[in-house]
Amino acid sequence: MAKIDLKINGNRQTVDVDPATPVLWVLREHLNLVGTKYGCGMAMCGACTIHLNGVATRSCVLPVSAIGDKEITTIEGLSKDGGHPVQKAWMEHDVYQCGYCQSGQIMTAAALLKDNPNPTDEQIENAMNGNICRCGTYVRIKAAVKTAAKSL
Amino acid sequence: MTNVTTNLNRRSFLKVTAMAGGGMMLSFSWLAGCKPTPEEAMSMPKEWFELNSYIKIGENGLVTLMSPNPEFGSNVKTSMPMILAEELDVDWKNVMVEQADFFPERFERQFTGGSMGILLGWKPLRTAGATARQMLIKAAAQTWSVPAEEITTEAGMLYHKGSGKKAGYGEMASAAAKLEVPKEVPLKNVTDFKIIGNSKKNVEARNIVTGKSLFGIDHSQQGMLIAMIVHPPAFGLKVKSVDDAAARSMPGIKDVFTIQTLHDDYERNAFDTAAFTELVAIVGSTTWEVMNAKKTLKVEWEKIKDSNMVVNGWGGKQTVKVPGGLESTTAHKKAMAEMAKKPAKVLRKDGDPDAAFRKAAKVLERTYTAPFLAHNTMEPVNCFAHVTADEAHLTGPIQAPEFVTRTLTARLGLPKEKIHIKLARMGGGFGLRAYGHHMIEAAVISQKANAPIKLMYTREDDMTYGIYRPTYTATYRAALDKDNNVIAFHVRGGGIPEHPVHADRFPAGAVDNYLAEGWQIDSNITIGAFRAPRSNFIAGAEQSFLDELAELAGKDPIDFRLALLERAKNSPVGTHNDYDPDRYAGVLKLAREKSKWGEPAGNVHRGVAAYFCHNTYVAEVLDLTIENNKPMVQKVVAAVDCGIVINPDAASNMGEGGIVDGIGNALFGELTFQDGVPDKTNFDKYRLIRQKEAPKEIEVHFVKNEHDPTGLGEPLFPPTFAALANALYKAKGKRFYNQPFKKEEIALG
Repeated sequence: MAKIDLKINGNRQTVDVDPATPVLWVLREHLNLVGTKYGCGMAMCGACTIHLNGVATRSCVLPVSAIGDKEITTIEGLSKDGGHPVQKAWMEHDVYQCGYCQSGQIMTAAALLKDNPNPTDEQIENAMNGNICRCGTYVRIKAAVKTAAKSL
Repeated sequence: MTNVTTNLNRRSFLKVTAMAGGGMMLSFSWLAGCKPTPEEAMSMPKEWFELNSYIKIGENGLVTLMSPNPEFGSNVKTSMPMILAEELDVDWKNVMVEQADFFPERFERQFTGGSMGILLGWKPLRTAGATARQMLIKAAAQTWSVPAEEITTEAGMLYHKGSGKKAGYGEMASAAAKLEVPKEVPLKNVTDFKIIGNSKKNVEARNIVTGKSLFGIDHSQQGMLIAMIVHPPAFGLKVKSVDDAAARSMPGIKDVFTIQTLHDDYERNAFDTAAFTELVAIVGSTTWEVMNAKKTLKVEWEKIKDSNMVVNGWGGKQTVKVPGGLESTTAHKKAMAEMAKKPAKVLRKDGDPDAAFRKAAKVLERTYTAPFLAHNTMEPVNCFAHVTADEAHLTGPIQAPEFVTRTLTARLGLPKEKIHIKLARMGGGFGLRAYGHHMIEAAVISQKANAPIKLMYTREDDMTYGIYRPTYTATYRAALDKDNNVIAFHVRGGGIPEHPVHADRFPAGAVDNYLAEGWQIDSNITIGAFRAPRSNFIAGAEQSFLDELAELAGKDPIDFRLALLERAKNSPVGTHNDYDPDRYAGVLKLAREKSKWGEPAGNVHRGVAAYFCHNTYVAEVLDLTIENNKPMVQKVVAAVDCGIVINPDAASNMGEGGIVDGIGNALFGELTFQDGVPDKTNFDKYRLIRQKEAPKEIEVHFVKNEHDPTGLGEPLFPPTFAALANALYKAKGKRFYNQPFKKEEIALG
């Protein structure tokens, strides 16, 4: 066990955990930030996507000891009460079915638009390809990313 | 206006003292414009008045509607309350929705599955809404001393034209709640609907996009421990011995023990499916610690012997054979190919198929196959349980809480009323969550650990546990006369361990000489409902075969189907045909029109398929192009007849999902076995459809009519397999008979 200082959603927090613990489980079980989801544990599905210094990152295979000074943003910290353009676009298109993968989808989309506010269809497809939606809401996800891009 | 008899019994009007309310609910007016302006939201009432189990009205007019069924993504949490709100006649923006707990004394059929939620909820929900409205009217009539017949309602207001009196529902709620339940209530005319048929946003929208705790896997409470299970690595194995010394000494580990979830002589119900009833449980403080300890556990396994299991399921009690042995896909395929050649159990026979085949001008025979599939819900199996000497509390993903309650009662030795199940939002279901083994496991672990626990499956545990879509095959044969009329049709289908044939479905009824046969092979690999059970294979096979048959007959595939449907309508063969030829033809015609069937763009390869299952008619036209030698689905146009559409945009979303799922499973879905071991354990090998492979565009069109509504979770999924296969044929010049097509496509070069 080790005490680790983290910058999460604009706050500083200290956790006392096994340093090898993936960030996903630190968020979910030590900090009660459960919006970040467990899907596969091997960075194949994208349900656990967070931002690390603004970059979309899979938290399920990232040891908490590797974070250092980097800032973590989770779905809970993306905006105050759903006001991020991507979240608003998601609501406008009513994208979700079960909703389980959507935190990860939104975090990936938000990171894409931060770097590239005007992506082509192909760039959207490439960026979003790592996030599985078992309900198959891909057409709406793409449409919502475009809507969000327009509102930026 | 139709009058209906209310069948809400007194128990459904029991006042509950611990009325839910307070800050956990979000007013809808927040969602209405996607502009969160809290001041617009009606404040929480000081008091709630319960008019029946589904409806509570606050003194200020705010309405709480209970959504009875568990939510797995088909959006019943929005559409079921829309039905209540319609008949209650309230303004949707003043409605809040709450997920009901499992409470069979208060709610009818809390089951999500079989695309039946809306179909079976339609009348009870309308009646509950209309009953509450009548009670409010009666309360106003008594207060104002005017005849009830002269009172009208609109958007949560009561009006009496003659006296000019008016009041909000909130003002009359207290008086209404004290009234007797009317014996008979009028329902609205379909043409008067204001909420039904107008798209409403998902009531969980803001919670989903902000990552609020919603799912069973998110549940936690004070003192809760994490539990994981170890199940045998292969079907056909069981626990022989456990060496848990290393696991017990790992950090955070509280206990390691073996559990028996169902006793061998327990008479199971249809949803008690479980290959592994003896499991090793590891209980510890955190998921990460338990995961690590799990890796150090040493378990010796031994082979199971042949056994029989009594299942009291659909169609009564039956004995199911569970063979011993370690099964492999190669052996499965060989056994299936042999069975497919032999005559099987006759499920339906019309005319004299043998004679017709003998005199045929042309005969077409084709065989189709599909592998086992895993559900792969994005939220892995999990369940919270806290079992004490007196009662059990469970929160978890479950489609069929009623069935698991029965088994929990027997297994825990607690009476039914002491088992409390909260219906967590499910991260996908697809049939998997009809089965309650995880709830039994969680409860037994909690009981033994004497602590509240959350059972967590790893993705690997989830994918290798079983309850798969069976592997199937079907051989179709058809005979054409010299004028290319279909004079005989024969389907022989089988599978491990069930066959996929629906003998009374199209084209039964459209052909004079018809034969349907089914066979099955026992297995110890467990199977279960998977989105549109059986239809999810047989639709693709049948509709691919009809496409090839139309081609052999020299006919357009839509015209060919329409001619058969015309025959089934005008002079049906047999009396048990399981479809309405007019509605079936209706979706084909709508798809033909909306897709501009005869005019595909130059580089587009187009396939069509239609199917009727789960009470809904669907036709799909799928367009694909070949990009860099790869098929790319450009557009799918679907035409759907599900009667009245409750929430059109959400209905379309459901349809889009079914189509994407169909393309994904047709191209990639496959689970094979070597010596009982599933060959895939996670998404590195089990390929699910992703953004790049999804269609660029999907249109879902609904036939407009006033038939009572039917479901949408399943019906758009099955025909997609054939629409894709038929378009691939146009593109590649080769027919695709064996799923997954991706494998076959590679083999074809």
